[in-house]
Amino acid sequence: MALHFELVTPEKLVRSDDVHMVVVPGTEGDFGVLEGHAPVMSTIRDGAIQVYKTEGAQPENIEVRGGFAEVGDNGLTVLAERVED
Amino acid sequence: MASLKELKGRINSVKSTQKITKAKQMVAAAKLRKAQAAAEAARPYSVRLAAVMASLAGKVAGRDGAPKLLAGTGSDKKHLLVVVNTDKGLCGGLNSNIVKEAKAKARDLIAQGKDVSFYLVGKKGRAPIRRDYPDGITANYDTSTVRNPGYEEAEAIAAELLALFEAGKFDVAHLVSPIFKSALAQDPQTVQLIPVPAPEAGSAGGAAVEYEPDEEEILAELLPRYIKTLIFGALLEREASEQGASMTAMDNATRNAGDLINKLTIQYNRSRQAAITTELIEIIAGAEAL
Repeated sequence: MALHFELVTPEKLVRSDDVHMVVVPGTEGDFGVLEGHAPVMSTIRDGAIQVYKTEGAQPENIEVRGGFAEVGDNGLTVLAERVED
Repeated sequence: MASLKELKGRINSVKSTQKITKAKQMVAAAKLRKAQAAAEAARPYSVRLAAVMASLAGKVAGRDGAPKLLAGTGSDKKHLLVVVNTDKGLCGGLNSNIVKEAKAKARDLIAQGKDVSFYLVGKKGRAPIRRDYPDGITANYDTSTVRNPGYEEAEAIAAELLALFEAGKFDVAHLVSPIFKSALAQDPQTVQLIPVPAPEAGSAGGAAVEYEPDEEEILAELLPRYIKTLIFGALLEREASEQGASMTAMDNATRNAGDLINKLTIQYNRSRQAAITTELIEIIAGAEAL
């Protein structure tokens, strides 16, 4: 019942853990990814990724710049150029 | 035979050289660890990107509207060699090996009747390549101004290369850079950069992936990024290779200096003894004469 979420930048693997839901700022609109999402590949615009650790929890925002998101069998992978701290 | 004073001077000068090489070796060892960690940390990104590239390229490759970066310009007359060298010396044969590899590739291409030009990253490749190909160097990129070349530098290099490509300055680009294997072995290797070599489409089947926006647009954005990543990887490998080679070279230099000091010390003691013996003989001879 958990989504495997990975956030990778050229410098390092920023995040790799199991979360409930992630809202990704796609170029054509935000989309939320839950476990078992159909395979999607999308470019993302600059903005915040919202990570919901558990259902109903406060989202954690991670600012990313440029990149794309891929949803496959092994969860969601976001490849970003930069992550703003 | 050198005088005692001269020998002493030489021993001291070798000793101070040894101090320098030893310090450089320790600095390189410390930096190597960091550079290696950086290279390691960058691997997941490039692995994933390559996987995505492979699945996308497999889908788009056959079509007509494939982007130029993937399909090429249609000719392969003008080749560009992107040679990644270090900025600093004192790293053994690393730079000359890279230059050798680049020159071999250039000779190969010229023998096939192609035009070859160079794009040089890092300072140390400039002089030896200019000597052989005085007009072949299109541009340099200087990485010596920053301490740790990072993604920004890779971005700048990629942007410059893409501009050259758009302007039709070359049809095919190769990347010549060292690959860090261990502190003892860093082999230069050549990979094709532009057009992006179509990776083997792995599991083309599987689930139908939804693309947003469509494949072409994603690919158009992905290709420059892929090139950036390759260059970034090369920069990181270069950093690790430089420190590794430097460490090994300086270790050898320190050892050589130690050997030299031993030899000189023996020579020094011998001549000192010889001088004392001569003096004694003179005194005894003088005393006997009385």
